[in-house]
Amino acid sequence: MANIQETISQLCPTATFEQGEELRVTVDDKQWHGLATQLKENADLGFDYLVGIFGCDWKESMGCIYYFTSTKTQQHLMVKVATTDREHPMLHSVSDLWKVALFHEREVYDLYGIIFIGHPDMRRLFLRTDWVGYPLRKDYDANPELNPVRLGQEPDEDATATYVEEADGTVKKIDGKVFADEEYVVNFGPQHPSTHGVMRLRASIDGETVLKVDPMCGYIHRGIEKLCESKTYPQTLMFTDRMDYMSAHQNRHCLCLCIEKALGIEVPRRAKIIRVMMDELMRLSSHLLSYGCMTMDMGATTAFFYGFREREEILDIFEKTCGARMSLHYNVIGGVVADVHPDFIKDVRAICGKMPAALKEYHKLFTGNVIAQNRTKGVGVLTKEDAISYSVTGPSGRATGWHCDVRKTAPYSIYNELDFEEITETAGDSFARYMVRMREIEQCVKLLEQLCDLLEKEPGNEYIAPKVPKIIKLPVGSWFQQVEASRGAFGVYIESTGEKSPYRMHFNSPCLNIVGSVDKACSGYKIADLITITASLDYVIPDIDR
Amino acid sequence: MFDFGSITTWFDNLLESVMPSWAATVIECVIIGVVLLLVYALLAIFYIFYERKLCAWFQCRLGPMRVGPWGILQVFADMFKILIKELIRLENIDRFLFALAPYLVIIASVVSFSVLPWGNGLQVIDFNIGVFFMIAASSLGVLGILLAGWSSNNKYTLIGAMRSGAQMISYELSVGLSIMTIVVLAGTMSVSELVAAQADGWFLFKGHISAVIAFIIYLIAATGETNRGPFDLPEAEHELTAGYHTEYSGIHFGFFYLAEYLNLFIVSGIASLMFLGGWMPLHIPGWDGFNMVMDYIPSVVWFLGKAFFISFIIIWFKWSFPRVRIDQLLALEWKYLMPIGLFNLVLMTLLVVYGLHF
Repeated sequence: MANIQETISQLCPTATFEQGEELRVTVDDKQWHGLATQLKENADLGFDYLVGIFGCDWKESMGCIYYFTSTKTQQHLMVKVATTDREHPMLHSVSDLWKVALFHEREVYDLYGIIFIGHPDMRRLFLRTDWVGYPLRKDYDANPELNPVRLGQEPDEDATATYVEEADGTVKKIDGKVFADEEYVVNFGPQHPSTHGVMRLRASIDGETVLKVDPMCGYIHRGIEKLCESKTYPQTLMFTDRMDYMSAHQNRHCLCLCIEKALGIEVPRRAKIIRVMMDELMRLSSHLLSYGCMTMDMGATTAFFYGFREREEILDIFEKTCGARMSLHYNVIGGVVADVHPDFIKDVRAICGKMPAALKEYHKLFTGNVIAQNRTKGVGVLTKEDAISYSVTGPSGRATGWHCDVRKTAPYSIYNELDFEEITETAGDSFARYMVRMREIEQCVKLLEQLCDLLEKEPGNEYIAPKVPKIIKLPVGSWFQQVEASRGAFGVYIESTGEKSPYRMHFNSPCLNIVGSVDKACSGYKIADLITITASLDYVIPDIDR
Repeated sequence: MFDFGSITTWFDNLLESVMPSWAATVIECVIIGVVLLLVYALLAIFYIFYERKLCAWFQCRLGPMRVGPWGILQVFADMFKILIKELIRLENIDRFLFALAPYLVIIASVVSFSVLPWGNGLQVIDFNIGVFFMIAASSLGVLGILLAGWSSNNKYTLIGAMRSGAQMISYELSVGLSIMTIVVLAGTMSVSELVAAQADGWFLFKGHISAVIAFIIYLIAATGETNRGPFDLPEAEHELTAGYHTEYSGIHFGFFYLAEYLNLFIVSGIASLMFLGGWMPLHIPGWDGFNMVMDYIPSVVWFLGKAFFISFIIIWFKWSFPRVRIDQLLALEWKYLMPIGLFNLVLMTLLVVYGLHF
């Protein structure tokens, strides 16, 4: 840590440091881009993985927090860059260094109005182009008359802009267009059979070849982060189940871990085991759904039902213990809401016993099929460098050979006690992504069998920490926690001023990064491949839109 | 074998005895037309039910179960629903071509339907280029699909129609070549003579390896020509929502839907005519007792049974395989099926010339 601090202070003498869980650096915007380049390229630092950019409004200033991880040393670094100008807030873009910033900076621009100098495509990401104001600013006017429900088409949806800094320091706006007039643009969504929800992709095509894809997000943006700021901590938990509904347990687990970390609550061991079991069941069900949806998008409708057949049984297990099949609401601060159903272990063992035979059937039906192999192999290739640059984590990231499993890189809960393998492939194409998921199903089964043994050995029925305060107030400070959700690293950033509700709560979702890479992955392939690639990347829309 | 020709001849004589010849012909034409359309509609309904049930079984489901016993009335309910649906008027389309397209598709389908040999003596027209006529008539359908895609003024339909044009024209070559292979073996293009030539063994068994190759090519290419999975690119649901018929509603959509199912029956019917002996029962030379028993099964049952069996195979791979991509689809045809088909045609010619077939 000290080494990093020394290197940074040499590069940027005005930077101030603070030691939290990880090193926190505050830099001035003028030095920021130079430092960012060094952070990425300097071998001593090597922060090549930008986990996320969290915008924040501190009232006297506004700015961003950049959270970095080094893929080699797994060290973390938080950089804070702020501006005091509220009228025309501007920061320098780092999208030329980390491609993931392309979408994250657009999100910050959308919600805070901070313009990023040098960003090639400065448009709103979630909200309509005619939205008035920037919702996450603390002085935002939520008057419904300013932003009525508009029923017409968005004006100028093709208009974009780039802000360029001249030599004398003035910033010039250059207007542009996403698609040129002569391009043949085909619209997929927001109502389309294979966008898996209300996602909209616009693709410029030449014959059957896709030239460029422009994902348009925000059709189900619910402003969860804004809502959280007016809710108490236990109330914010319910939103996590509604982001990536296929990683409901993991997301909620993450938020609980973050709050518990801030409060210093130690969760009972039994609750930890139950949480991890639920996480793995969720991952299993998510990968089964992913198998079903991918095969169905490629036209193999029967395979879809095979995946769903086994998934139903997992949902039955959830229903018995959590009382719900979709929005499960099981983790709470300090543990889980209730002990597991008496049949739980028996049911989990039953599904573990069934999976090997079912997997064999899936492979027979789809994996080995010559059409399926031709459709997926070599299609939508992302290299390891692309995956890191776009921060594509989870099975899609591991398919490129990047070891990005948070369960291994930064083990939380009881994962370091468990014996499992981090699955990676090297090809980075759709088939590799598909195979990572299929092989992770085997690992889930392996984990669940171990966890069943652990849970049986665990005496007592203590499923929640005894000393959880009635009114939960986090101390002043900020915390960041990541878990491995079904689709990649899911992070929660909380900033607290000591109140009952968070000052700022940011959810760093894996699917937003995945969607950011769609253009890269799809360009140059066929229309049919666009569907295969998006299906194999496997994003869930509510997680993008939050 | 009961010859339905005796009934039709008797009916013809009856009409001729009470009215002039031209009037009898007109009445016969009308009756045949009505019967054909009726059979067409009933078969379509049967096929929809057949596919839904089969696909349900492949997918660990039950399929329609609520309307009528085993859901047999479900299809009638669906058809009735399609009939009473509104035809939505669209702005900015080529109205004439838009309305014409479904009729072209269904006419092509009905015309090729009429050439099939239904049973012993049950055939509408039997002329010396019957097979040729069948190929020509079924090719008309692509025109309707192209027009539908073009006139809808929609990007999905246009892409669907262009795919369909490329696909159907390509795959027709292979269908034609494999049919030609059998024509070479039979030495005739007349439908009735083709059936008669298979009295002592179906062409699939008589034609050596060459007929088997032709049969396999025919099955693949026919699936491609009818736009069914894994070659259902023109309406690839997950890419183009519904492809060329995205904008159609009501009975216009119904026509496309019916034509799709009936084309499945037609290609199955042609396959049973060319390879499995049409309505001809399974005869094994020398096994007279066996052949006698086979003859007791009515010829119509033989024909329908064979057609349904081939449809079953086509439905089976539709519901098992993922969809191919357009470049792979064309590569399959032009790089594999057509060269193999051409080679096979030469092989068959040699077999026939040297009399090496059974």
